[in-house]
Parts: sequence; structure tokens; C-alpha cells
Amino acid sequence: MEAIIALAIGILTACGVWLLLRPRTFQVVIGLSLLSYAVNLFIFSTGRLRVDQPPIVGDAAVNAAQLADPVPQSLVLTAIVIGFATTALLLVVMIAVRGTTGTDHVDGQENEP
Amino acid sequence: MLLLPFAGSLCAAFLPSNARNREAWLAGAITLACTIFIAFQYPAVADGGVIRATWQWAPQLGLSVQLRLDGFAWLFALLISGIGTLVVMYARYYMSPADPVPRFFSFLLAFMGAMLGVVLSGNLVQMIVFWELTSFTSFMLIAYWYHLQVARRGALMALAVTAAGGLCLLAGVLMIGQVVGSYQLDDVLAAGEIIRAHRWYPAILVLVLLGAFTKSAQTPFHFWLPHAMSAPTPVSAYLHSATMVKAGVFLLARLWPVLSGTDLWFTLVCGAGLITLLLGAASALFQRDLKGILAYSTISHLGLITLLLGMNSPLALIAAVFHMMNHATFKATLFMAAGVVDHETGTRDLWRLGGLARVMPLTALLATVAAAAMAGVPLLNGFLSKEMFFAESIFAGQSMLVRVLLPTAATVAGMLSVAYSLRLVRQTFFGPLSTDLPRAPHEPIRWMLLPGALLVATCLLVGILPAVTIGPVLQTAAISLLHGQLPEYSLKLWHGFTLPLGMSVVALIGGALTYAWLRKREARTATNATRWRLLDGRHLFNVMMVAMIRSADRAVRSAYSRRLQPQLLVILAGTAALAYGIATRTPIRASSMPLTPPSASFALLWIVGAVCAISAAILAKFQRLAALILAGGAGLVVVLTFAWLSAPDLALTQLSVEVVTLVLLLLALRWMPRRVANLAYPHTPLTIRLRRARDLLLATVCGAGMATLAWLIMLRPSSSRIAPFFLDNALPLGGGHNVVNVILVDFRGFDTLGEITVVGVVAITVYKLLRRFRPAPESMTPKQLRSVEPVSTNTPDLNAVLPSGVMRVPAVLGRLLLPVAAVISVFFLLRGHNAPGGGFVGGLVLATAFIVQYMVSGTLWLESRMRIHPQYWISGGLLCAGGAGIAAWFVKRNFLTSLEWDAHLPMLGSVHLSSTLVFDLGVYLLVVGATTLILVALAHQSLRGHLQEAAS
Repeated sequence: MEAIIALAIGILTACGVWLLLRPRTFQVVIGLSLLSYAVNLFIFSTGRLRVDQPPIVGDAAVNAAQLADPVPQSLVLTAIVIGFATTALLLVVMIAVRGTTGTDHVDGQENEP
Repeated sequence: MLLLPFAGSLCAAFLPSNARNREAWLAGAITLACTIFIAFQYPAVADGGVIRATWQWAPQLGLSVQLRLDGFAWLFALLISGIGTLVVMYARYYMSPADPVPRFFSFLLAFMGAMLGVVLSGNLVQMIVFWELTSFTSFMLIAYWYHLQVARRGALMALAVTAAGGLCLLAGVLMIGQVVGSYQLDDVLAAGEIIRAHRWYPAILVLVLLGAFTKSAQTPFHFWLPHAMSAPTPVSAYLHSATMVKAGVFLLARLWPVLSGTDLWFTLVCGAGLITLLLGAASALFQRDLKGILAYSTISHLGLITLLLGMNSPLALIAAVFHMMNHATFKATLFMAAGVVDHETGTRDLWRLGGLARVMPLTALLATVAAAAMAGVPLLNGFLSKEMFFAESIFAGQSMLVRVLLPTAATVAGMLSVAYSLRLVRQTFFGPLSTDLPRAPHEPIRWMLLPGALLVATCLLVGILPAVTIGPVLQTAAISLLHGQLPEYSLKLWHGFTLPLGMSVVALIGGALTYAWLRKREARTATNATRWRLLDGRHLFNVMMVAMIRSADRAVRSAYSRRLQPQLLVILAGTAALAYGIATRTPIRASSMPLTPPSASFALLWIVGAVCAISAAILAKFQRLAALILAGGAGLVVVLTFAWLSAPDLALTQLSVEVVTLVLLLLALRWMPRRVANLAYPHTPLTIRLRRARDLLLATVCGAGMATLAWLIMLRPSSSRIAPFFLDNALPLGGGHNVVNVILVDFRGFDTLGEITVVGVVAITVYKLLRRFRPAPESMTPKQLRSVEPVSTNTPDLNAVLPSGVMRVPAVLGRLLLPVAAVISVFFLLRGHNAPGGGFVGGLVLATAFIVQYMVSGTLWLESRMRIHPQYWISGGLLCAGGAGIAAWFVKRNFLTSLEWDAHLPMLGSVHLSSTLVFDLGVYLLVVGATTLILVALAHQSLRGHLQEAAS
């Protein structure tokens, strides 16, 4: 499991970074979205992996070590929502720039071919 | 007392701009109050006493705010506030009604406060603070007429030079503090021996001297002073007689017991003083501008004071202090007189002025007496200090060369000063009355002359009866500087026939002759003294500034790119390199962590996820829709991963965010330009291929790095001590079973409050940005759409119950979805505290339901029936969340502490209520509002596009 997650994080990061370095705004948006998956998974994975032990405590006293770590989870939950908001902002800036400059290049002007 | 000018400055700043009299009264009252207050402190400092007042500031750093008033500081404080009073009075009549006086008086008072701060500081760091404050306020004063380019330039120059000097001084003071172990002036003064013997002494000395010399306009930093003359004359009178430029020599005198007494001190200080003295005097002789003469003569007199300070003899120190006072009195008078002349005639050009004594006799009288004091004519105060200077110059040096050189130079400087004083008075007030003046001159009103008259009276009194008037004061100052070891000196008009007297006589006669000779030459050649321009530091300053700006420009250009891609490349590569550097230094311990057993279906899941991600990366350029769907697929795999690995909350949130993000990106796709693969060039140029290879390499490196990092982390057992705390206390302290939700709304509620605020702000920003959005012309109506159906039929029938055409069935289903979704979202919200769910998820579900309504029914149809008003949701959400936090205050708990309430209601039984539910409700409302606002604002763009097209 751990190896799969690690590879997944690596692949998502690589795709995200590659797209970040592309010249078109849409590519950058998709890249950021992939990169944020990778980062969320990474933060999540720092809480170690557990199957079928969600951090929901019963009325009886529980062995804390048995449950999944709730701290990375709450961090990632916040990150997901904030990620949506910033994606929206980036997107709107992107189409506004496209409207004013007439190009979807990240610099607002076409470079040499 | 120190706060008074600053408070006054604030008051003055807020008075209306035409309240000239009120401003002047306020400023006058404050300065006068300061003067009187200081004057009454005299008995306490008269015989070497020191008044101290200390407030702790940062005691662990050895910093405290300390005011320290001894005799010397008292003398200076009196000078500053006294001349300040007179200048305010003068400025009342000088400034024209059109000038914005609040600014003037405000800065003047602030400047005075800063100056008082410098002289009264008992702590060197505190003194630096005030020192820089004087630089800053003087900048504002010099640039007062900021519409004049000269004023701006002069102010900038003054600021650049004095602030740079201030930085040097700060460095010097910090070194002193290191050596002495304290920044308190008392400690530093007592540690003179230690500092002089320390190996840092030369560096300290040079740095402190740089600070003092820049402030006091010593060569080679003198050039800013003449350019600062573009300030209003009251400012010049204040800055260049009693205050700003005196701060430098004040500092030298203040630290005289600490730093002086070495050969290095003698060489540096005397050298700079001597050169400045002669250069300033010689330049003054060739100025055409009335204020120019005064400026250069100020430089020259400051040189004289510096020279005296550099002589390493207590007597010279006393002479220096004496001359500081004398110079302040007569120079302030002269500046005021110059201002009067300028004010009444409209020019300061010495070649145009002349014979003004006939029309303005009083001004002429005052200026003549003051100029005579400057020249050192007997019976005036300037004579006494100049005598002392001559006497000291004879006894100063050890070597033969110095013994000859100094008295000669002193005599020559005396001659020059007589000559320029004569020239000043003669060409302005005597000779034939000039006829081509811009304004007909007449005597100004009496009140304008009164300050000058008072100062001239002081000159005379001190000059005639020195022992009675100035003697005790000077003694007080000298005692405090020299710690009581006072040398023998006498303040007398007549010392008998001595060498200094002879030098005075030579200087007077020689000066008169020089002037006569110069006049003849001037009449013959009538050329401006351009050759002195070479000595003008202004050129040098400009060259330096230009060079600095250019090199900064070049540095920026070489290190910075406006383009995004190189910046991102550098950031990513830098991060990767840094992470690699840290990783190689960290020992990796073997772990004994039992791994989670792998599952084949999970592996299969991520094979799909990886394919999705990689294809999205490849297709994002030309096949946007496909890339979007594939990225969504990768997101879905992430959702499943969360669900699989015990994070149901995350899975729910990610799922709903996926939906809204997909809608968002779909809406935005419409505004992207068409892009097709360029088939005309089947071969990609080599540079682009190289660039792609480079990016691919970097992407692979980053991905591999992240994978390794994650792998290494997961191999080691968790050492988190926070997680057990939350797990143990979620129920007892937070009252909820779902620990993630308890963390969000209770333990870390403040973070969440901040976060939802950010989301709300982003939503409003998006809305605002889109209001001014101008779409690119070719994306107004896509070609395909135009060919299928004409634009006009796009306007929906608002009265129809259901939309016609293909959307009829989805519309019915979509509308049925709304109440169901609403119930589900509320269900998520309510159960969030104890089971997966919560405000975020619930809000996103409801927002999605709203968006579905927009999609199936059309914007116009929906908005004619149902207004959602996302702004109200956002503000309601913030109020709700904030209110839940504030409610804790009413029961004397901290902000955002959760309150619980168990109630027994009839019929319903026991109900458990918690303020965290209200908080979560706030989150819910805000998320609904923000998401809807963003998406609807984006959707409206298409609508507006259609409307515009239909209108045209």
C-alpha cells in the first residue's frame, strides 16, 4: 500500500510539475490541480495509512494508536476547500487576462515560437 | 515635554489648510512652552547636575527609553526650542496664504521634536532613532514646495547623504555598544579609556565621524547643504542655523570625552574641519545667490567648529560650544533677513540687488549687525569665539608644520569670512538702489523683523558683556561635557595686545582688501565663478546615483525575468535542490514499521489514476475537454483512496469539490481560444525540444523526489503526540465523535474561521473581477453554435413551466433533486459532529444542487423565479461563525470556546446543543454562498455575451 501511494504521489507530482512549466494557462490550471492532489495525498500520508479505522471515537475509551491520525486529515480537508477557491481565482484571472491581452499565454504575450 | 512637539505636529496636520493664524498660534504656543520649560530646568543642571527619566523598553536587549538632561543638552535644547519659537513667528508672516501651512507647521514641529530627542537622549540607540527622524522630517521640510524640481532634488540629496551617514553612525554606535556593553550614554561616557584602547577604535571613529560629517556638511559631504536651500527660508533659518547641521557637531561634542584625545581624531577631525572651513569660505565668496552665500558660510563655520573639536584641547571644546551658539544666533538672523529681502523684492540675486538700506533700513541694520558678528567684528559675539579660535589655533599642534599652518589657515579663513560678509551686506543693502527688481521693496511688517531683532540683541549682549550673559551658561555646558575638570579660560572683550588680536586685525583688514580686489575683478570680468563648480559635490553625487541605479537595473535584469516559466523553473529546481541537499544530510534510520498489506484492487485503482494523470498532462494543450475529464478521473481515484484509507470526511469533501471544480472549469473552457496542432510544422524546433526535455527531466526529478520522501516517511512509525491528544479529548472536551470535525470546528476553530473568510474574500474577488471582464471577440459566439441555431432563439421563454427541447426531462429530474439535495446537505451538516459530514460537505452539496438548477433551467428562467443572493449567504455565514465564537465571551470564556447545553424539551426529550453547531452552520452557509457566487458569476458572462450580441 505504502509503495503504491508513494508512486501515485510521484506520478501526480511529475504530471503537475510538467504542466506548470507549460506556456498555456489552461495547462497551468490543470497542472496545479494535479499538483494539489499530490500534495494533499502527501500530507495525508504523513499520518500513516490505516484501513477501516476512521478517526471516529465511540463512547467507550479507545486505543488512540489504533485509529487513523485525524490531524493531517483536517489539514487536508481545509486544503481541499481552499484549493477550490484559489483555482477559481486563478481561472478567473486567467480568462480576464485572455480577454484583455487576446492570448492564453501565461505571460500575456506570445513568445518566440 | 518631548512628546509635546509631536502631539502638536499631529494636531497641526489636521487643521484646515487655510488656518494660518491658528496654526501659527498652536506651533508658537508649543515651542514657547518647550522653551520656558527647558529654561526652568536650569537650576537643576547649573552645577553639573543631570536629570534623568527612564522607561524600560526592551530590557533584555539593554534598551530603555531614557531622557537625560545635562548642561550641554540643556544649552542645545534651549537653542532648538528658542530659535524654533522665533522661526515659527517669522514663518507666520513669511509663508504665503496659498501655501498649505498645516503641512509646514506639522513637519516643523515634528522636526523640532526629533531634534530635541537627539539632544535629550540618554541612550545611543534611541538617539539614532531620533537622528534618522530628523533626516526624514528635514527631507519633508526641504521638499515642502514639492512642485519645484529643485526642491525635490535638494531634498532627495539631503536625505540620501544624511541617511547614509545615519546608517554609518548606527554601525558605529552598535560597535560602541559591543565594546562598552551598554548603550546608556552615562556608561559610554565613563568608558572612554576602554574604547580608545580597543582595537575597534579606528573603525568606530570613522563610522561615527561619517555620521557626524554627513549631517554637519563637512567636506566631502558638504554638497547637499547648498541644494537644501530650495526649502522655504524659515526652514533654512531653522535647519542650518540651530538644528539639523548642528546635530553632527553636537554628536562630536557629546562623544568628545569618549573618542577624542588621539592622533587619529586630531588628523581626521581637524583635517576635515580645516578643508571645510577654507573651501566653504572661498566658495561663499563667489556665490551670486544670497542664500548661497549663507549656505557656504554655514559650511565654513561648521568646518570651524569641527576644527575646534578636533584640536584635542578642553579650551578648544569650550570655544566650539561657544561658537555653536553664536553661529546659531547670527546665522538665523541672516537667513531671516535674506528671507525678508527675497519676500519683498522677489529676487535673491546679488547682482540685481543693491541699495536696499534706503527702503528697508531696519532690515539692513539687523543684517549688517549679524553679518558683522559673522565676520568677527569686535563688540559682537562672533568676535569672541573667533578670538578663542585664533588663540587655540596657535597652541594646538605639536609639530612645527601644524604650528605654522593652523594659525595661517585660521587667519586666511577669517579674512575670507570678513570678505564674504562685506560682500553680502554691501551688495544687498548699500550702493545705488537697483531699479529692475521684480517687486518694489519696502519694509516688512514689524512682527516679521522681531525674531531677527531679538537674536541681534543677543549677539550684542553676548558680545559686549560676555562674562555676565553667556559665562554661566557656557560654564554649565562645559562642566557637563568635561566632567568638572574645567580649564582656566576667560571671556573678556579685551585681553590686551595679544597674538590673536593681531590675527583679528589682519583678518579684518585683509578681508576688506580681498573684497575690494574681488569687486574690481568682478566688475572687469563679470563671469560667474564656474571654476568652483568642480569642487561641487553635486556632480559627483549625480554620477554616483546614476551609476547605482544603472547597476541595480542591470542586476535586476540579469537575475529576474518577467516571464512566468523561468520563474517557476527556478523555484521548482531550487526547491528540489534544497530538498535534496537536506535529505542527503539526514541519516535515514532503518524502520521496524509493519507495512499495510498491499491490495491488488488498490493497485489497479492507481494504475487507472496514473494513466488518467499522465494523459491529462499530455492532452491539456490541444484536447482541453478530454484533459479536464481525465484530471477529474485522477481526482476520483484520490477520492477513493481517501475513502479506502480511513478518511471518510476527506473523501466526501474531495468528491463534492471535484464536482464544483469540474463545473467551474467547464464554464471557463468557453473563454479559451481555439487551439489546433500546428500541422504546417511537423518538426518541432530543436530549442523547444530541448526545453521540453529539460522540463520533463525536472518533472521526473520532482516526482521521484516526492515519491521517495513519502515512502521514507511512511516507513517510519508516527511520532505524533498531537494525534493521541485529539483522539482522547475529542469526546470529553469537544463533545463530538468525529475527531476531524471536532478539530475543525472546535480545537482549531480559529483556523477554520480564517479559512472560510479567505474563501468568502476569494468569491467576492472573483465576482468583482468578472464585472469588468471583457471577453475576447472571437469567443463571443462559437462558430459551430452559430451554424446550428441562430442566436435569437437562445432567449428562453420565461413563462414556460418547463424549458422546451432536449432539456425537458433533465429539468424535471433536476428540480426534483433540489429538495432531496437540500435535505441531504442539512443531514450532513447536523451529523457532522459525530459522523462523517460537516459544514464543508453539506455546503458543497447544496451549492451543487443550485448549480444543477442553473444548468437545467437556464440562468434567465431560474433567476426570474428564484433569487439565491450568494452575498447574503456569505455574510450570514461569517456572522454565524463569528457570533458562535463571540458567544463564548458572554460566559467569560475565550473566543471560540465551545459551549454546550443539554436541555430537556417536552415531547422531544433530551437535546444536546453545542455552539460548535452554530459555527459549523456558519461554515455551511459561507461555502454555499461562495461556491454559488463564483459559479454564477462565471455563468453570467456567457449570458452577458449573448445579450451584448443580441443588442448589436
